[in-house]
Amino acid sequence: MTARGYLLYAGMALLIVLTGFVQGWNLALTILNMGLISAIMSLGVNLQWGFAGLFNVGVMGFVALGGLAAVLVSMPPVAEGWNAGGLRLLGALALGAAILVAAVQVWKRKIGGRMRALVMLALLIGGFFLFRASLDPAVNAIEAINPSLSGYLGGLGLPIIIAWPVGGLLAAGAAWIIGKAALGLRSDYLAIATLGIAEIVIAVLKNEDWLSRGVKNVVGLPRPVPYEVELQRDPGFVEAAAGYGLDPVTASTLWVKILYSGLFAVVLIAILFLAQRALASPWGRMMRAIRDNEVAAAAMGKNVTARHLQVFILGSAVCGIAGAMMTTLDGQLTPGSYQPLRFTFLVWVMVIVGGSGNNYGAVLGGFLIWWLWVMVEPLGLWAMELITSGMSPDSWLRAHLTDSAAQMRLMTMGIILLAVLRFSPKGLMPER
Amino acid sequence: MTDILNAIVALSNFVLIPGAAYGAQLALGALGVTLIYGILRFSNFAHGDTMAFGTMATILVTWGLQSMGISFGFLPTALIALPVGIAITGLLLLGTDRAVYRFYRKQKAAPVVLVIVSIGVMFVMNGLVRFIIGVGDVNFADGARFVINARQFREMTGLDEGLAIRSTTLITLITAAIAVALLFWFLNKTRTGKSMRAFSDNEDLALLSGINPERVVAVTWLIVAALATTAGVLYGLDKSFKAFTYFQLLLPIFAAAIVGGLGNPLGAIAGGFVIAFSEVLVTYAWKKVLEYLLPENLEPSSLVQLLSTDYKFAVSFAILIIVLLFKPTGLFKGQSV
Repeated sequence: MTARGYLLYAGMALLIVLTGFVQGWNLALTILNMGLISAIMSLGVNLQWGFAGLFNVGVMGFVALGGLAAVLVSMPPVAEGWNAGGLRLLGALALGAAILVAAVQVWKRKIGGRMRALVMLALLIGGFFLFRASLDPAVNAIEAINPSLSGYLGGLGLPIIIAWPVGGLLAAGAAWIIGKAALGLRSDYLAIATLGIAEIVIAVLKNEDWLSRGVKNVVGLPRPVPYEVELQRDPGFVEAAAGYGLDPVTASTLWVKILYSGLFAVVLIAILFLAQRALASPWGRMMRAIRDNEVAAAAMGKNVTARHLQVFILGSAVCGIAGAMMTTLDGQLTPGSYQPLRFTFLVWVMVIVGGSGNNYGAVLGGFLIWWLWVMVEPLGLWAMELITSGMSPDSWLRAHLTDSAAQMRLMTMGIILLAVLRFSPKGLMPER
Repeated sequence: MTDILNAIVALSNFVLIPGAAYGAQLALGALGVTLIYGILRFSNFAHGDTMAFGTMATILVTWGLQSMGISFGFLPTALIALPVGIAITGLLLLGTDRAVYRFYRKQKAAPVVLVIVSIGVMFVMNGLVRFIIGVGDVNFADGARFVINARQFREMTGLDEGLAIRSTTLITLITAAIAVALLFWFLNKTRTGKSMRAFSDNEDLALLSGINPERVVAVTWLIVAALATTAGVLYGLDKSFKAFTYFQLLLPIFAAAIVGGLGNPLGAIAGGFVIAFSEVLVTYAWKKVLEYLLPENLEPSSLVQLLSTDYKFAVSFAILIIVLLFKPTGLFKGQSV
């Protein structure tokens, strides 16, 4: 890292500390925790865009898959659900997968042109009805059981930390499928394809109640850190808090957040270390060579599409890990809260502002843009009150302006992105 | 015989007519995307929000007209406001081009840079729309609701099934047809239109023959403003206006443009209808139609809905993937860089 880099990081730390002094340490730690997660997402996108020039606008989908992993790993299994139709459902899913594999096999055979297409089509259409016929009863049976409280299969009941790598694996699987179809074509096509897969992942999470309760949300996920109430009951903790002059309630909320920060920081540092090693390795040089000139790299015998697929899967897996961590922090999975502007395009702003191609830059961008995202709302409200202070208190324009201040976020982010692209296209911390 | 007629009426009422209207709206949107791609050579992610902005401008003018007591008889007032909305949107797009895109065009920036720039523009436009009109649903359709409603149709024909034609559906189809006809007349018959096509086919040759690129770009933005605003207003009249819904239209619109072949106007229209009809066909509950057509003992007990309506994005996406895998240049030969 350069001197400029250290300076920028010090400035960022100062911003968070100032927030702590001015608006309270609880908010500062909340920003820090989401900032750590945003930094990981931003590292994932930087792997794809900064290292390889791949344009992935489906970050939201991979993040949501990570969230799904948190539910599937950590929630206790619902025994009634499994008895009602769990195995039937697994059978139906296996049948669906088998039909797809069979269709692909048919397509790969070198038999006469039209015959092959017809057989594949018949297989797919017939298979779809067969799949639905076996899936629907199982789904109905599972969802009928106590729908207000469970109505789903539950998870494996394992510690939620295990969900983080599992989230990465789920996202990697999705990335493999999408990469197989869209990599090797023009860059815009990958963008549209990823945009689509993200919407589909969210649609599945919203609709498949047997999987994650859909829009009824899964709440009360187990936590990797102790609960505040437990801490307040622990005499040792209360005594220690009193030693710092804090009452037990404040101390326990802060301590839980600090524990989360510690866990997230470990993951961030590990991923940052690996990404830095990858960037400096022969593999990283090859990636940048491909990014800068695909034709020349291909002429040197590099398999461009295979390398693209590799880095696309890696980057998406990192986003999946971050998604699982975020759901862990929230303690709930709410599919309705996934918005592309917040989870895809904001991460892009982080990478571009931080400096694409520079891992430290991506991390800095993650923190800085997240801090701004949180701060723009109170700042916007304050600015609006200043602007409208001269107007009469019952003027409709004044009411409208103060009401709309919350919408300032998107515009600010857009203006920041455009300004950085125009005046400093390499970002705050350039690649070199 | 009446069973078959009833089935046809039910099918037209719930599938063919709504599908055609939706297809026309998508086609207008996809035409805008495809024109920008052909002339400016990038995928414009801000298109959904351009549509939202145009619709918002039209709604504001509509409200102004309504408060002055001006209406358009049985037609929605928004149609009078539409030209003003187009003009405002045109000014916005020309301003955006001057302030943002022209810099990168002069630099001959890579297309993907322009795509990222358009994401920035998307943020700003989205913020602008939310700032001015808010995030809630806005219903601005007035005038007559139905050309013919279900009861009238049943009385007229004596069939069990009713056919309701909403006036917005008819307006959508007619307006879209006029817009497309004007566009093709412009592209094929006028000098400016021909220079646009020349610029799209081969930029260097076009520059060599003295075509002014800045003029071509400006005219393109104006046409895009007209198409996007019209598409947005028609969609808003048909359903309702909500900033977020317009952002989500981006996916089916892009799918339509790519399925038809990026850069090819005819393809965009075909793509729009392909996407719209597939979405409606796959998410429609076929129970009613099948009840009329099948003998009693074969009648289905379930809804016979292939996919729940929330999966309509999956349909555009599946078609997109199929086309990408088997025919990457689209149904009609589009540009492929």
